[in-house]
Amino acid sequence: MTELKNTQPLLELRSLEKHFDLDRGFLETIKFRGGKIVRESRQVHAVNDITLNVDRGEALCVVGESGCGKSTVARLIAGLLTPSSGEIHYDGVRIDNGSRSDIMSLRKKMQMIFQNPYASLNPRMTIQQALEEPVRYHNKSFSKGEVQDKVADVMRSVGVDPSWAKRYPHEFSGGQRQRIAIARALTVDPEFIIADEPISALDVSIQAQVLNLMLEAKNQRGLTYLFITHDLSVVQHFGTRVAVLYLGSVCELAETATLFENPKHPYTRALLSAVPQLKDDHPNHIRLKGEIPTPINLPQGCPFESRCAFANDRCKVEQPKPLLQTDGSIVACHAVEEDRLES
Amino acid sequence: MTLLSVRDLTVKFAMRDQNLTALNKISFDLAKGERLGIVGESGAGKSITGFSLMKLLSHPGFIDSGQILLEGEDLIELSDARMRAIRGNRMAMIFQDPMVTLNPVLTIGQQMVETLRAHRKLSESDAKQISIVKLREVYIPSPEERLDQYPHELSGGMRQRIVIAIALLLDPQLIIADEPTTALDVTIQADIMDLLLELCQSNKVGLILITHDLGVVSQMTERLLVMYAGKIIEAGRTREIINDPQHPYTQGLINALPQQTEPGRPLKQIPGNMPSLSAIPTGCPFNPRCEYALDHCRTTPPEIVRYGNVEVACHEVSRLNAERSEEQGA
Repeated sequence: MTELKNTQPLLELRSLEKHFDLDRGFLETIKFRGGKIVRESRQVHAVNDITLNVDRGEALCVVGESGCGKSTVARLIAGLLTPSSGEIHYDGVRIDNGSRSDIMSLRKKMQMIFQNPYASLNPRMTIQQALEEPVRYHNKSFSKGEVQDKVADVMRSVGVDPSWAKRYPHEFSGGQRQRIAIARALTVDPEFIIADEPISALDVSIQAQVLNLMLEAKNQRGLTYLFITHDLSVVQHFGTRVAVLYLGSVCELAETATLFENPKHPYTRALLSAVPQLKDDHPNHIRLKGEIPTPINLPQGCPFESRCAFANDRCKVEQPKPLLQTDGSIVACHAVEEDRLES
Repeated sequence: MTLLSVRDLTVKFAMRDQNLTALNKISFDLAKGERLGIVGESGAGKSITGFSLMKLLSHPGFIDSGQILLEGEDLIELSDARMRAIRGNRMAMIFQDPMVTLNPVLTIGQQMVETLRAHRKLSESDAKQISIVKLREVYIPSPEERLDQYPHELSGGMRQRIVIAIALLLDPQLIIADEPTTALDVTIQADIMDLLLELCQSNKVGLILITHDLGVVSQMTERLLVMYAGKIIEAGRTREIINDPQHPYTQGLINALPQQTEPGRPLKQIPGNMPSLSAIPTGCPFNPRCEYALDHCRTTPPEIVRYGNVEVACHEVSRLNAERSEEQGA
């Protein structure tokens, strides 16, 4: 049974890449360099060669700092962006080159929750209208009563009183709005949810409420999550596996417990040590040199080389490949490969 | 030596039909060189506290009553001109978003020189020299070149360092930092916090750190105020409050953090929301969300009183504490 489940991942990303053109028009590409007029177009390399699987029933967390490409990955999977190269397979079917109608029918299985519940709900639609729309679109055979029952059901399950359905989003608090956004994702009974920083805009006590709700939905409905976040304590709590992204590449991919017990990549180590701890009097965080380089002209070697304390000449010229470690984690680092890190 | 002493500070907002109370009789002291944290969720009044101390409240907010004593001098009584001489000079403020704090159409150098020359009689070149020294103190690489750059040419972490350098230009006695790292990434946040800590310690500068992040205050501050609906509900040494919180709200805040629960188990959530200023419950403001609330909690607001080593505003603190130690004993 378990083997059967493992043979077919729900979602597969194969060498996924996304570049954005900075200089779009012909005129923008014309530059004056060293006394000559040349044509040159710059690109932002947001996602570089990412290969990942998401298995059924797991909660894969993608962590990283701003600009590392985590939201771009989410949007590529949801079909809101088209990849520059690479493939995305959902349930064995390639989805990144489908037509609009293919994508629309996929949305019944795959839903997305966004960071800011103030922007993701239409201010001119009542909650009822906002929640009914996806149900009606994906279940054309439903009668009016069935649609309303479905909406009331889902509202109750996220702890929003169905009698509030006639209200507009501005009448709700941030936490309530995020519950409504989750309800909207759940109304079509999806199997896979992409959540892009769903609790970052909320207060601590409200974060716990929303996170509990998402855990409950996972357990009751057997949902699979791709959870994008920068908050490592949330990852530790929610994730079954973690992918750490840096400048558009996966630098470490591991089971959550393994990653927190024994982080291997120098960037993962620095990231974990930087989280302010409640009860630790003597923070002993690893200082990184400098800041994230721009993704416009990527370094040719390891993307982390400029800030890494273990970098050597090989790291400058050769990009490390993701390699499987003995404990099952996958790490892209020459220093780990050559065993140059003291653990 | 007390640097700042706030007594019964009450701040209101003048609305059309009523005055809303945003801060309700806040009192606290800050010693010279001491680091104080203020935590709470949105709407608790922590930012209003910071703005009030700098007298930066704008309409419809106003200071209704109370005292803000900076080395014995009441800031509330001061004229705008006198207050301008203190702001930036003896007390400085750092805000959340450095892109909003810095003027986008002036170079870093112009902004620093302007600040210096507004308070001190200095030549332009002397002011530049001081600016370069301060930029070096916050570890800005090649500060001479930065002076001619505009804020948009720098990264978020670099901008916040520059904001800190500007706050430190005139060697203030007190820095009020309102969520200084909330807009930044964790690795950059750790850097900025290290820097702030180092600068406060080496220059004996007092710090009021306003944040929602309990991890940050626990590493940065010596004393802590917890605010809820415009009141201080718990105050004391940071370590003491973090290790053994007395107020049910403080306990709830700490217990709600994911690291306090085994992975995958439901988090301990606080039910409900922070009340809005127009609908603060009678009695204890926390009572509708408090699982221990009794009848008198719903009618009589608790005063903040000394309990053990901390100060707590909760009617039932001794009963709850006794129950907890019994539970732990059993």
